[in-house]
Amino acid sequence: MLRLEQRPTPSRAMLYLTPVMAVLATMLVGGVLFWAMGIDPFKAIYLLFIDPFVDSYNLSQLFVKASPLILIAMGLSLGFRAGVWNIGAEGQFIVGAIAGGAVGLALWGSTGWWILPLMALAAALGGALWALVPAVLKIRFNANEILVSLMLVYVAEHFLAQMVQGVLRAPDGMGFPESRNLARNDPTSLPDVFPALGIDAGGVVMLILLAAAFFLLQKHALGFQIKLTGDSPRAARFAGVNPSFIIAICLGLSGAAAGLAGLFELTGAAGKLTIDFPVGYGFTAIIVAFLGRLSPVGILLAGVVLAGTYIGGENAQFLLKMPAAAVTVFQGMMLFFLLGFEILINYRIKPMRRAV
Amino acid sequence: MDFSSLNAVAMIVLLIGAATPILLAAIGELVVEKSGVLNLGVEGMMIIGAVTGFITATTTGSPMLGFVGGAIGGAAVSTLFAFLTQYLLSNQVATGLALTMFGLGLAALMGRSYNGIKPPRTERLEVPGLSDLPVLGELFFSYDPIIYFSLVLVIAVWWFLNRTRAGLVLRACGENHDAAHSLGYNVQLIRFGAIMFGGACAGLGGAYVSLIRVPQWTEGMTAGVGWIALAIVVFASWKPWRVILGAYMFGGITILQLSLQALGISISGAYLSMTPYIVTIVVLVIMSADRKRASLNAPACLGRSFHASH
Repeated sequence: MLRLEQRPTPSRAMLYLTPVMAVLATMLVGGVLFWAMGIDPFKAIYLLFIDPFVDSYNLSQLFVKASPLILIAMGLSLGFRAGVWNIGAEGQFIVGAIAGGAVGLALWGSTGWWILPLMALAAALGGALWALVPAVLKIRFNANEILVSLMLVYVAEHFLAQMVQGVLRAPDGMGFPESRNLARNDPTSLPDVFPALGIDAGGVVMLILLAAAFFLLQKHALGFQIKLTGDSPRAARFAGVNPSFIIAICLGLSGAAAGLAGLFELTGAAGKLTIDFPVGYGFTAIIVAFLGRLSPVGILLAGVVLAGTYIGGENAQFLLKMPAAAVTVFQGMMLFFLLGFEILINYRIKPMRRAV
Repeated sequence: MDFSSLNAVAMIVLLIGAATPILLAAIGELVVEKSGVLNLGVEGMMIIGAVTGFITATTTGSPMLGFVGGAIGGAAVSTLFAFLTQYLLSNQVATGLALTMFGLGLAALMGRSYNGIKPPRTERLEVPGLSDLPVLGELFFSYDPIIYFSLVLVIAVWWFLNRTRAGLVLRACGENHDAAHSLGYNVQLIRFGAIMFGGACAGLGGAYVSLIRVPQWTEGMTAGVGWIALAIVVFASWKPWRVILGAYMFGGITILQLSLQALGISISGAYLSMTPYIVTIVVLVIMSADRKRASLNAPACLGRSFHASH
């Protein structure tokens, strides 16, 4: 039998090694899963984990998928560090896209450089307000933010369905439940900045915000307060940190980030609002945040890895007839492995001592 | 608008059907939380139960075996959560989320060749004489066996938690795991068992959705019922009989909004479809607002990992 022995201090090596181990373990067990499903495991693993990073077309797609994941995960990581569990980013993503999209559709026909920034502002605000609902209910009524933020995902999905059948439906769309295509309308489409790398204006904003988050956590008092609240809520209170403020700021910022990601998706990759607009980035971003160890640099790397599984998954569906759901299984498995391996940060595994 | 098509008795019968998956999942989660573990993977375990139950029922042709299959599927997938949280001390919130995501994906993968198939019909439990009574027969004796089972299960859980020694030990693990450990109880093993019971209940609830409620298999068909079940446990203040109340109330809201949609009321269907989720939020707010009472009812060690240092 094995037993766990607590390390005197957490292992830094393991802190960085465990995410890599989790990815490797996912490849291994995933390969067995593919083999059991009658799919060539080597080809599948290659498509999911290697091909997205070597093929030039895939490489340009990589950042398009990674940007929203990283942006959302970065926002979520602030809350996760403070013990504030926003798991409704998917809903904030949807509401952000609706709010920003509504502004763009209202200004349909007008031109100007200011339209897109205005839409982004509306999206960030919409996402933040959606996330502040659980914050206010938590602060004022002690309601569990996990359940409230998650319930609001379903509310947002139904709201989106209502919007695309109602006021936001394209007038010339022959009654299809979808909005006008914002990406094909110059003033509301997201401009490409480095097309070869797949970095559009959203990607640039994401990188700037990521740098800001890095600064916030490393150098700013608020970052310190967030980390302190997570590590020791009691100590934080004695140090004069207002827990309500931390809850509000963490949920508000993560909601704004998710809302922005929703708008970038709408004005870039997706183009229009439909019922199928949300594709689960809000949930996958939770995995990105954990896999990236809740640190900005880690999240950047983890976002690229998870984006790779999306792109590889699409290719594998086409080339190997792999079912779409397999990617979700992979992502869930990755989080399981990561959480399991985390024990190695604080504990050593030793053989059981013989009782004397 | 024509309200005459709303038949009170028929609506009660429908609401009990709509409430049963929530009831099953919530009573299982209640036991898990009483042992001190917060398993947010209810939705994932339910969808696994829905697919394994569906596959078992369609391949064997027996709906009863399907329910057994659903319970086994839910319990099996819950062992992943149990192992990670109990023996590898992983964060319960994150692991529960992982279980939900993994479960949704795995269920979609397992069920992809079962789309569009009808499962074998579950017959109602006919009580000779009583089932034919007007009104009363429909109200009390017109249900499938799982509905009766779910109510018996709630009574059994109440009895177990409050009237047996094993139940007392389980609650002790939830209130103070260090004390339970020093009395010689194996906290991790007890919690492991509670988690598997919760998984079996959630799986059974999931199988009820795919075999009776809908009845067919579609991806993501549990549509948040698992999360509502989690909220019901809070609503019930961790008391078994109140779980019935909460689940039936939600069943009522679901049926009411569906009937209103069918009536073609002027409120749009999308807004009506939001109501169960919004009501969940409202209920959470009401039940949590009194901080003192909320913290008195919740198991003291809820969500905290236990590791014996020696």
